[in-house]
Amino acid sequence: MSVRVQLADFDVGAEILALRRGNPKIGAIASFIGLVRDINEGDDVAVMTLEHYPGMTEKALEAIVVRARERWDILDALVVHRIGALRPTDQIVLVVVSSAHRGEAFAACEFIMDYLKTEAPFWKKEQTDKGGRWVEARASDEDATARWKAGS
Amino acid sequence: MSVKVLFFASLREQLGVGAEECELPGGVATVAALRAHLMTRGEAWQLALGEKRALRVAVNQDMAKAETCVKAGDEVAFFPPVTGG
Repeated sequence: MSVRVQLADFDVGAEILALRRGNPKIGAIASFIGLVRDINEGDDVAVMTLEHYPGMTEKALEAIVVRARERWDILDALVVHRIGALRPTDQIVLVVVSSAHRGEAFAACEFIMDYLKTEAPFWKKEQTDKGGRWVEARASDEDATARWKAGS
Repeated sequence: MSVKVLFFASLREQLGVGAEECELPGGVATVAALRAHLMTRGEAWQLALGEKRALRVAVNQDMAKAETCVKAGDEVAFFPPVTGG
């Protein structure tokens, strides 16, 4: 189980291989990769800068993974989140979950992403043709996290 | 007593401060009281930390509420709702 916050890009294939290598109990791996889009709220985005709270961000990510582990029978999980200046098509975030069967891996991967969006201290600032602006939190992200709390 | 106060993202830019050691007057012992104390610094602080502003607060890197206690040496962070991922 690990979480990382880093400036550098990540290699999805290498990360998945490292997570699964030599573990014959793994029957399923689910992954999510978040990317920078070239447009937001109707404006062209040239650069997106990601800021975090060193220390707390890592703690928050670890706590989210622990909650996923308590809820589903998963074998391992990895979260990698980039910070710094990113451009359209760049990778922002990677979540990988391994389990014996696919259901747990899919669900835990989505759960981790939903909680990351609403609880992990990261902030995005976009540079558009209209200048710099901080991205506003979305109510739909809060709704996505609330689904898991409803005890479905 | 003194505490370490941190500001992130739009709040840091608005206030022009990322981190500071803050000496608190007696009686300032909760997140709400600290927020009110900082707002006495002037209009920019009232705008940034006012009730209309959706803010999150963490004490010693755990999410906190208005009534969460603040003790000497604590690290108190103010920031806008998060937008990662």
